[in-house]
Amino acid sequence: MTQSAAARRPGRRLPLHWLGVAPFVLFALMFLILPTLQIVVGAFQDGQGRFTLGNIAGLFSPSIMASYWISIRISVASALLGCLFGFAIAAAVTLGDLPRWLRGPVLTFSGVASNFAGVPLAFAFLATLGRLGLVTMLLKNWFGINIYAMGFNLLSFGGLTLVYLFFQIPLMILIITPALDGLRREWREAATSLGATGWQYWRMVALPILFPSLLGTFALLFANAFGAVATAIALTGSSLSIVPILLFAQIRGDVLGDPNLGYALAFGMIVVTAVANFAYVWLRARSERWLR
Amino acid sequence: MKRLWAWIALALGLVYFFLPLIGTLEFSLRKRRGEYSLDAYVAVLEDPKFQETFSYSVIMALFTIAFGVLLVVPTAYWVRLRLPRARPVVEFLTLLPLVIPPIVVVFGYIRLYNTSSILPLTGSAMGTNVLLMLGYATLSLPYMYRAVDTGLRTIDVATLTEAAQSLGAGWVTILARVILPNVLVAVLSGAFLTFAIVIGEFVMAALLNRPAFGPYMQLIGANKAYEPAALAVIAFAITWACMGLIQLLTRFQRHVRVAR
Repeated sequence: MTQSAAARRPGRRLPLHWLGVAPFVLFALMFLILPTLQIVVGAFQDGQGRFTLGNIAGLFSPSIMASYWISIRISVASALLGCLFGFAIAAAVTLGDLPRWLRGPVLTFSGVASNFAGVPLAFAFLATLGRLGLVTMLLKNWFGINIYAMGFNLLSFGGLTLVYLFFQIPLMILIITPALDGLRREWREAATSLGATGWQYWRMVALPILFPSLLGTFALLFANAFGAVATAIALTGSSLSIVPILLFAQIRGDVLGDPNLGYALAFGMIVVTAVANFAYVWLRARSERWLR
Repeated sequence: MKRLWAWIALALGLVYFFLPLIGTLEFSLRKRRGEYSLDAYVAVLEDPKFQETFSYSVIMALFTIAFGVLLVVPTAYWVRLRLPRARPVVEFLTLLPLVIPPIVVVFGYIRLYNTSSILPLTGSAMGTNVLLMLGYATLSLPYMYRAVDTGLRTIDVATLTEAAQSLGAGWVTILARVILPNVLVAVLSGAFLTFAIVIGEFVMAALLNRPAFGPYMQLIGANKAYEPAALAVIAFAITWACMGLIQLLTRFQRHVRVAR
């Protein structure tokens, strides 16, 4: 594309106007692209700097695979549930005949909650569902239910998923609300006039139209959970060996005993989040054909 | 029927989102035995470490915002005015920080700017501060760029530039006295979001070993019982304040627009 444009306009002047974005490109190169490339290159080098696939192969050891597996499971679970509940709330606010004034506060709150991740979020859940937390104590004192005796643990797969939902659901609400607004009233009316029930309208009209956005948002939420580090560290210390925590420990003190294996671990993270993000972008472009 | 389900969904959401907030608030007041008190807050606020790390993070946030504005406003302006062809590339670059996890970026920094490299930023405290600030700038880049670009879309960049040029203004004057005031609300929205991100950021500061608020909170969380809840309430209040200010600004701007 650049070539054809350059061919149309013979280059008499130096392309000085490109200098306007030079500082930005330099910044992106030095503090975003090169650092990432450095990791990618390191993932394919051995200790002496020679090319090797050994580090990538090293990722397939049982302990590292277990880390990836639990990370992926938590990300899938929190993204799936986030999509489900976020969709339910967004649909309730946009299509559910609720008072109109509810919409603003719900969206504002979603904006705040989707940004309330990190260390404080872990504290909030520890104070609520930890061993001495408000809900834990209330359940025990009022109903005689001891959730910890029943096997609940905040520092586990289920616990972490529950905590991640606090930023996943709001993100889903923020992204899917415009898509739900894009569903035209005429489509529903057309379906109804052809004798469709509400369920048939959703199954055969609305959901197929929303499907790319739903899938795309799922991919985005997945990447969001997969890259989250701070919440997990503040919540579990290092007791739950998900990939970001393992990588954190590796950068701090080379727990794997092999720096290049550390780069491979980081490279694996880039691959997973990149695939999820590109799926999001591609699916969103598809969904915009209908929702305008 | 439909309305019933809508209320149920909303009620469940309300319970899920407000219980942790109430729980945190209640827990933070429990430090004194048998009665509610503000002891945990007093302990936190009087801790010299809190004051140090919090002011460190505030200063980092201000520098990050200043750097981000200086980097993003001219770039977004120039792309709109002269380089529409570069738009996809620039937009792609601004979205990259959402794709590459921050922990990977900072890992790259540690490897690229270590003491034996050409640019040994991690060799001194000041250099590491600069590196951390630049890291924060990458983190906030997607939000800052999108905010500023949305602001630029609402004004006629080309006409404003020509008008300013015909009055003899140079590029710096155009940017500082014509473009910036016109997109100020957008810039401020980006700035508040940046502030909220930087204040609580943990991974980069922890791995670069800087005394920021995020690592401090994590340390308190590992060692104290009630203070973490107080910190969470404070952090939530800050996030809420930043988002509230953004909302207020946009609403204020809409009124000004309508009045005109």
